[in-house]
Amino acid sequence: MNTSLASEITQLTLEHLTLVLISMAIAIAAAVPAGILITRRAAWRPWLLGFANVMQTIPSLALFGFLIPVPLIGGIGKRTAIVALVLYALLPIMRNTLVGILGVEAAVRESAVAMGMTGSQLLWRVEMPLAARTILAGIRVATVTTIGTATIAAAIGGGGLGVFIFRGIASVDTTQILAGAVPAACIALAADGALGWVERRWTTG
Amino acid sequence: MAVRREFADRVSAVVEFRAASYRIGAREILKGLTLSIEAGETLVLLGRSGSGKTTALKMVNGLLYPSAGEVLVDGAPTTAWEPVRLRRHIGYVIQEIGLFPHYTVAQNVAVVPRLENWDAERIRARVDVLLRQVGLDPEQFAGRYPAQLSGGQRQRVGVARALAADPSVLLFDEPFGAVDPVTRLDLQKQFLALRQDLGKTSIFVTHDVREALMLATRIALLCDGALELLATPRQFLDARGDEAQAFLECLAWKADRR
Repeated sequence: MNTSLASEITQLTLEHLTLVLISMAIAIAAAVPAGILITRRAAWRPWLLGFANVMQTIPSLALFGFLIPVPLIGGIGKRTAIVALVLYALLPIMRNTLVGILGVEAAVRESAVAMGMTGSQLLWRVEMPLAARTILAGIRVATVTTIGTATIAAAIGGGGLGVFIFRGIASVDTTQILAGAVPAACIALAADGALGWVERRWTTG
Repeated sequence: MAVRREFADRVSAVVEFRAASYRIGAREILKGLTLSIEAGETLVLLGRSGSGKTTALKMVNGLLYPSAGEVLVDGAPTTAWEPVRLRRHIGYVIQEIGLFPHYTVAQNVAVVPRLENWDAERIRARVDVLLRQVGLDPEQFAGRYPAQLSGGQRQRVGVARALAADPSVLLFDEPFGAVDPVTRLDLQKQFLALRQDLGKTSIFVTHDVREALMLATRIALLCDGALELLATPRQFLDARGDEAQAFLECLAWKADRR
């Protein structure tokens, strides 16, 4: 393998990782609180879950395309790519947060309230620790999906390993396609393994 | 009775229901319950499923509020209490126990003291005392998780947890309903011993007339949300009403078979 290809792989892998990390950080910061919110406000459930659901049903290439003409968040480049990736990652995290918290036994919740826990004590000392595994499972699914979807970001100038793939398709060059696909798959496997390990560390609950 | 008279001068009712009703839509679950529970007594709310006994109990610690009338705890209506303060002041034990699965036995018992910001040494000492009081060896049990305990042991931890911050009133909602009869008798004996030692005011919900007769200082019989009879266990055995007779028949049947 020549050195220029190797260095490009390194550079685009880093770019890819950056895209995924930023997107996931934003998605977690938005979807976990949203998931908690809809455990408290059942009336908002269909709206927030519905929104996240619709976002996921839009084909990824189309979603990237739709965002280009949108002011502020749209245009060509990384920012648009991150917005799209965040929208994609919302559903599994939000849904698992909801399911995890609602899955806490009614008797456990009732005793917590009866012992005089405030709303936030109930959430942070009881519900979140018990829901942690389920929430992490949602984050894991979202992360692995995002690593794959992020390859499409290259179509709107978002960079990352997709650059190789699109270039390879355009020039019918399998080497280029593999130079993008193999590292992306490796990142996905590594992320899945690492998050799976964290998940298993939560042995109780 | 002599003991009661001694207290009567200084201590008024710890818990008092004043025409307390509870309705959901058109259904009246509790119909104007008036009842006062004095310091140190164990009042058993006896009744069939759906008689309103659990509803009455949950009104004491503000898990439910009366839709008419009021419930007084230490002289103040529950609606005037700050809910969190009221609940930390009252111990609560339920049939499903509701131990926190992610906490060890010691951490479960320490929940309320920790909420009240006791220092670590005081909590540790308190947990030790409580576990011994309910018949569990702290060295053996403190570090275990609820999943590693038997049903009876879990219920003991539940009782220790309810006692942790030395509440003035204890509420029991069919606490021994889900354990086998032998363990159940064990727990009932433990309850009597604890009452002897601690002299706590307790309200105890059950549908088991034998348990009521064994543990109660007074029995309040509820039927369809109304108070049918208020009697000492001795008086209860001679009660004439239909509902009381129905419960007493449960005892008679067992005796006949012998």
